[in-house]
Amino acid sequence: MSTITKVDPAVPAGSTHPLEQRRPLGDRVFAIVALGSGLLVLVILVLIAVTTSQQAASWFSAEGLKIFTNTWNPAANQFGALAFIYGTAITSVIALIMAVPVSVGIALMLTEVVPYRWSRPIVYVVDLLAVVPSVVWGLWGILVFAPWLNHIYAHIGSAVTGIPVVGSLFGPPTSGASFMTAGIILAFMITPIVTSLSREVIATVPAIDKEGAYALGATRWEMITGAVLPHSQGGIVGAVLLGLGRAMGETIAVALVIGSSAVITPHLFAPGYNMAAVIANQFGEASGTFRAALMGIGVLLFVFTIIINVLARGIVERNARLKRGA
Amino acid sequence: MAAVTAETRQPDLREAKGWRRTKNRIMTVLMVTSFVVVLIPLGFVLFTVIAKGASVISWSFLTGSPIPPIVAPADVGGMWPAVIGTIEITALATVMAVPLGILGAVYLNEYGGKNWLAGLIGFMSDVMTGVPSIVMGLFIFSIWVLHFGFSGLAGAFALGCLMLPIVIRSSYEMLRLVPNSLREGSYALGSTKARVTATVVLPAAIGGIVSGALLAVARAAGETAPLLFTILVVTTPNYNVFSGANTSLPSQIFANANQPYPGAQDRGWGAALTLVAICFILMIVARIVTARFARYSR
Amino acid sequence: MEQPEQHVATTSMPKPAALHDAQPVPETPTGAPVFDAKNVSIYYSAFKAVTDVSLIIYENEITAFIGPSGCGKTTVLRTLNRMNDLVAGARVEGDVHYRGASLYAKDVSPIAVRRRIGMVFQKPNPFPKSIYDNVAYGPRINGERKKSKLDEIVERSLRQAALWDEVKDRLDKSGLGLSGGQAQRLCIARTLAVEPDVVLMDEPCSALDPIATGRIEDLMHEIKSRYTIVIVTHNMQQATRVSDRTAFYSVLRDEKSDTRTGVLVEYGQTTQIFEDPHDSRTQAYVTGRMG
Repeated sequence: MSTITKVDPAVPAGSTHPLEQRRPLGDRVFAIVALGSGLLVLVILVLIAVTTSQQAASWFSAEGLKIFTNTWNPAANQFGALAFIYGTAITSVIALIMAVPVSVGIALMLTEVVPYRWSRPIVYVVDLLAVVPSVVWGLWGILVFAPWLNHIYAHIGSAVTGIPVVGSLFGPPTSGASFMTAGIILAFMITPIVTSLSREVIATVPAIDKEGAYALGATRWEMITGAVLPHSQGGIVGAVLLGLGRAMGETIAVALVIGSSAVITPHLFAPGYNMAAVIANQFGEASGTFRAALMGIGVLLFVFTIIINVLARGIVERNARLKRGA
Repeated sequence: MAAVTAETRQPDLREAKGWRRTKNRIMTVLMVTSFVVVLIPLGFVLFTVIAKGASVISWSFLTGSPIPPIVAPADVGGMWPAVIGTIEITALATVMAVPLGILGAVYLNEYGGKNWLAGLIGFMSDVMTGVPSIVMGLFIFSIWVLHFGFSGLAGAFALGCLMLPIVIRSSYEMLRLVPNSLREGSYALGSTKARVTATVVLPAAIGGIVSGALLAVARAAGETAPLLFTILVVTTPNYNVFSGANTSLPSQIFANANQPYPGAQDRGWGAALTLVAICFILMIVARIVTARFARYSR
Repeated sequence: MEQPEQHVATTSMPKPAALHDAQPVPETPTGAPVFDAKNVSIYYSAFKAVTDVSLIIYENEITAFIGPSGCGKTTVLRTLNRMNDLVAGARVEGDVHYRGASLYAKDVSPIAVRRRIGMVFQKPNPFPKSIYDNVAYGPRINGERKKSKLDEIVERSLRQAALWDEVKDRLDKSGLGLSGGQAQRLCIARTLAVEPDVVLMDEPCSALDPIATGRIEDLMHEIKSRYTIVIVTHNMQQATRVSDRTAFYSVLRDEKSDTRTGVLVEYGQTTQIFEDPHDSRTQAYVTGRMG
C-alpha cells in the first residue's frame, strides 16, 4: 500500500512506521469480513454463470447454433429453443405496453396532482401489488382470471374473424391460458417497480423549472410536457428497462397461465410458452440432454436479464449524473 | 394579444375556454384512472384469496399433517409440513443473507468510499436484484444439489442469494443517512473504524436496516422458483432443514394450482391465504419499524 | 456590495442613463395604473409574511422593489401573477387589481393571469429543449402552430432580448448549453414571446457577472416602452440605474412571537427615494447603514 500522507482517522495515533499500521486485529478482521461480504456478490454472479453453463454444455455442443431454431421435440432429442425466446419476448412486450403508461401516469399523479399528504398511502397501495407472491398471482390467474378472460377473448375473437391483421392477432381462444393472459398478469406484477423508479426520477425535476413553465401561463399538463418529461425521459427509459428485465424473469405466475404449448404464432389468445415457464414446468422430469437444454435456456435468460439490467442501471445513473451537473 | 396601450376595458381573466383546458382535464383524469386501474386487479386478487381461502383455513388445516393426496377433500390432513418448511427454510436463508448483506453494505459505505471496487460491487449488486429467481434455483442445483442432494439447506442457499442484494441495497441506503458527525464524535474518542461502525453507525441505522430486511424476508417467503429444484416436495414434515427433501407453502400452492380436483384447489387457496397473510404481516411490521425509527432519529 | 460605477461598455451598447442625465420622471405618472394593491397581506398558513401593502404600479415604467432580505419583496412580486398559488397554504388578503379587474376574484384563471403577466426568475431556468423550442413554447401552448409565424415570433423575441445575433445559427442546440447571461436572456425572450403586458423580474441579475448584468439592464430600458416592468433587486445601484419608481420594504420584528413580517415603508420616484427619503428607515437603508 502507499505511504500514508493523509491522516486516516481509523488509524490509532502513535504509529511509528507508516507501513506498520498496527491496527488492532479485530479491526482488520472486521474490514476483511466486510470486504468479503461485498465481494460475495461478484463471486456469486460469476459462479452462476460458470456452473450453469457447465451443466448446459452438452446442449450447446449437441445443438450448436440450432438452439435458436424452432424445433423443440424432446422425444426426438431435438432442442431448438426459439419458441421460448419468442414467448418471453411477446409476453414482456405485452406487459410493457400495458404497464408503462399506467406506471408513468401514477408517478406523474403522485408528484404533480396529489397533495403530499396523500402520496404516501397511495404508494403503499401500489406497493401491495408487489407483496402478492408470484405463485398467488398464478393460482388466481389460472383458476379465476383466465376463465374470465376466456369469455372476453371469445367475444373479441368472434368479432374480428376475417379481418386481416387484427384477426390473426386476436382470433378465438382455446382456453384462457395464453400469451395475452400471461402478459396481463406480468403487467400487474411489474407496475410497482416501474412506478417507483419513475417517481424517483420525476421527483428530481427542480421546482424552478416547473415554475418557469407555469409563469408562461401553462396548464399543468403543459407544464408536465414542457418541463417534467423532457427532464425525466432518460430515467423513465431506465425504469422501463428494469420493468422489462423483471417481466422476462418472472416465472411461476407465467408458468401457470401461459398454456404450456411451445409454438410460435402471432395469435395472442393462443396458449404458448416462454423461457422461464418451460424450465419451471419441465425441469423436474428432465434428464440428460433435455435437462441440459433447460439449463441452457436458463443460461440464456441469465445473460439477457444481466444485459438489460446493466443497461437500465447505467442509463438511470448517467441520467442522474447529468442532471446533478446541469 | 399585446397590450401596447392601456386597455380601455377590463381584461378578461376568466378561464381559457376550449381545447387547452379540456386537454388538461382529460390528462388529469387519465392519471388518476391509471391509479384506479391498478386497484382493480389488486382488489380482485385479495378478495378472491380471502373469500376462497377463509373457508378452508382452520387450526387443523394449519397444523394438520400429512399433506393428503390431491384427490382428497379439503378437510383431510393439513398444511403443517408446508408451514414448517416455509418457516425453517426462510429463517435459515435470513440468518445467512441478512448479516452478510449488512456487512456488504458496511463495506460499501464505510470502507469502500469512491474506489472502483466499491462502485462495481454496488452496481452489480443492483444488477443482481434483477436476476430471475429461477436462475438462482438452477445455480444452487448445479453447485450443491448435484453433489449433496435435495434439502432445506439448498433451498435456503437459493433464497439467500435472492435476498442478499436486496439487503445490501436497503442497508446501504440506511447507512448513508447516518450523519458523519456521529462517526466523527466516536473517532474523536479514539475508536477504531470497526468499533465506530459496530457501536455507533449500525445502531443509528438499525431501524431502517431491520425494516429492509423484513421486506426481503417477505419476498423470500413467497418465492417458489428457487425451491423447485432444491427442496423437491414432501408430504410429511421434515424438521431437519439440513438434510432431506422438504416442502413449503409456495411449493404446495404451485403443485395444487394445476389440479382439477376441488380438494386440491381448496388446499391451494388455503395455503395462498396463509402465505399472503404472512407476507402482509411482515410488510406491516416493517412499516411500523420504519415509523418508530423515524421518530427516534428526529 | 461594491458595483462599478460604469460597467465595461462595448461600442455597440448604448451607455445606460446615469441618474442625473435621465429624463426626469414626472410627478404625476402619465401611464395608466396597471396594478392597484390595497391593504394586501400575505400569509403562509398561520405565518404572516407581509402586512398591509398598498401601492400602484404605472404603465410603461420600471418599478423596483428593494429592501433587506426577508422583507417580503419577492413575496409581493409573486402575488402579482398568482405564482404564490403554487405554495401550499399561501393566502392573500386585501385587493389586488390589474387594470381594474380583481386578480383574486373567484372565477379568475391563474393561467390567464400569467399569460399577461410574465416572470423572469433569479436563476435562469431554460427548459431542456432547443433554443428555438424554448422561445416557441409559450406561443405553442397558446395555439400557434404555423411554422412561419413561430419563426417570426422566435426571431422577434430573441432580438428584443438582445440574444438573436449570438444564437441565430444554433437555434436547434439545447438551451442548457448557454452561459448564465445568455440563458437569462433566453428566459427573457421566452417570456416576451407570449407578448405579455407586464414583466416581473425576481433579482434577474443576481446570478450573473457585471457585464451580463449590464446587458440586461440595457434590455430593460429598451423594452420599457412596450411593457411594464417590476423588478426585485437587492442591489441599490441597479435600482437607481434602471427604475423610475422604487418601493422600499423592511422587516417588522415581533419580539413576542419572534416572527418577521414584511412591510412597505416608502414608495415614490427613484430620485426622491434615494436623494430625499422621507422615512428614517429608508434613509438608513439607502445610505448603507442597514441591510
